[in-house]
Amino acid sequence: MKSIRNHFSLVVALVSILFSIQVFTIIERSISAYKENLASSYSIIVVSQLSIDEKTMKSFSSLVDEVSELNPDHVIQRLNTKIDPKNLELLKLTLPNFYKLKLTHFPTPTEVENLTNNLLNKKSITKVENFSHNHDSTFKLLLLFKDVIAVFSLSMFVVTILLIIKELKIWQFMHNERMSIMGLFGAPIWLSSAVLFRLAIVDAIIASILSFILFTYLSTSFWVEEQLSYIGIEIIFFDQVMDFAILSGVALFLSVLLALLIVIGHKEEV
Amino acid sequence: MDRVIIAEDLSLSYSDDETIINKINFSVNSGCFVFITGASGSGKSTLLKSLYGALKPAQGSLVVGGVEISKVSKSKLNFLRRHIGIVFQDYKLIKEWTIEKNIMLPLIINGYEKNVTQNQVDSLLKHVRLKHQSGKYPLELSGGEQQRVAMARALSHNPILILADEPTGNLDDYSAGLIWNLLEGANTQLKTTVIVVTHNIPETMNIDYKHFHIEYGSIHEVN
Ligand SMILES: Nc1ncnc2c1ncn2[C@@H]1O[C@H](COP(=O)(O)OP(=O)(O)OP(=O)(O)O)[C@@H](O)[C@H]1O
Ligand SMILES: [Mg+2]
Repeated sequence: MKSIRNHFSLVVALVSILFSIQVFTIIERSISAYKENLASSYSIIVVSQLSIDEKTMKSFSSLVDEVSELNPDHVIQRLNTKIDPKNLELLKLTLPNFYKLKLTHFPTPTEVENLTNNLLNKKSITKVENFSHNHDSTFKLLLLFKDVIAVFSLSMFVVTILLIIKELKIWQFMHNERMSIMGLFGAPIWLSSAVLFRLAIVDAIIASILSFILFTYLSTSFWVEEQLSYIGIEIIFFDQVMDFAILSGVALFLSVLLALLIVIGHKEEV
Repeated sequence: MDRVIIAEDLSLSYSDDETIINKINFSVNSGCFVFITGASGSGKSTLLKSLYGALKPAQGSLVVGGVEISKVSKSKLNFLRRHIGIVFQDYKLIKEWTIEKNIMLPLIINGYEKNVTQNQVDSLLKHVRLKHQSGKYPLELSGGEQQRVAMARALSHNPILILADEPTGNLDDYSAGLIWNLLEGANTQLKTTVIVVTHNIPETMNIDYKHFHIEYGSIHEVN
């Protein structure tokens, strides 16, 4: 009972830190997955009098990833009841070429504007439709989301520091006396602090295992899957090798650092 | 005869503005049994602290077991302490360890084998009449019982020097008798040098002893 209580406080602090880190990672992944999604659904339409090949189109900007020509036939087909076929052929000839540009990534508003201007500089291009209004609001939402995440990570950092400091004080109180007494009987520092380091390492392992169980459970949970499919993204929620390695590394680093600080700060009482 | 302790013009203080022990000179021969008396607050515990190196001399020189305390390195001091057995006035037992493990502490630090350790601890527990309490934690014992644990711990590694700060302060006559027997035994059988701070020297001492008295920052021998 006594030993469980000894472990409890640091394990709780560590698990909450690991939880924040993993949540932050998941949100980061969601944002980039979402951005990719946006990039693939976003496109620019170019209207040109002359035909432009893909290479030329790409030379306007490195942003251009894919160029596809839009076939005007199906638009014309809708008109064909009212117009006689002869005029239709004529119409077809006078119709400009339509191109749809896919971009390499979700562009910033300036990138969109630059690309539009570049395209319009070419004589044959008469119109560029960039859906800038829609694009702007989506982009602003994304920026806002990123800011929220930045604030979140900052507050996570502050809370982490506070938790660690609190833990440091508890530990100092718990271990100082024993370390002093062992020192008075001639124990070298590695011996008198051995218990401390063992406790730190054991707690880090416990916290890592708890986080592993927690996130493995969450990643298979129906609710989480449902939420992600609502947003329309697919991400790795918890990588059982890489993420676990990072989390246990952080836990080990923090708790050993804690133990080191206590050993360094340890003074023999007179 | 070897001298275990040599103090020359030794002054001790906790701060610059108050001197507790002022330029004292005394020495203790190896194998001696010494009592130190003095009024409360006279500096008895302070003197003991300097003997195990927790308080460095403010002035003068103090040599314990051949080691100059004012210049000793941390590792040399640890080495010296591993050969001293201390009974602290406030016991200083490790709360989260059992009685048995507390008594083992000096043996663990000195790297004794497990079976030696166990035998020694069992025999000491018997001597201080605490065999049945060995699995308990210090806070589950009475003050006098804790004091006897502290005594057993100080003796466990057969130190060459025992420093005991009022080791019978909380004990009835019977338990105090057990403690005096243990200290006398260590002194006569193992030739351990024993220094005991006390308010009353037992009338039934069977061995020769020296008696120092501390007063107004000075020390003098009482005959
Ligand atoms: N850690 C300390 N810091 C500052 N002053 C101290 C400290 N310990 C003791 N003193 C002071 O040193 C003086 C001597 O204290 P010490 O503990 O040596 O007395 P003592 O002779 O052991 O008394 P007692 O018989 O009551 O145990 C006292 O005036 C006390 O206030
Ligand atoms: Mg005292």
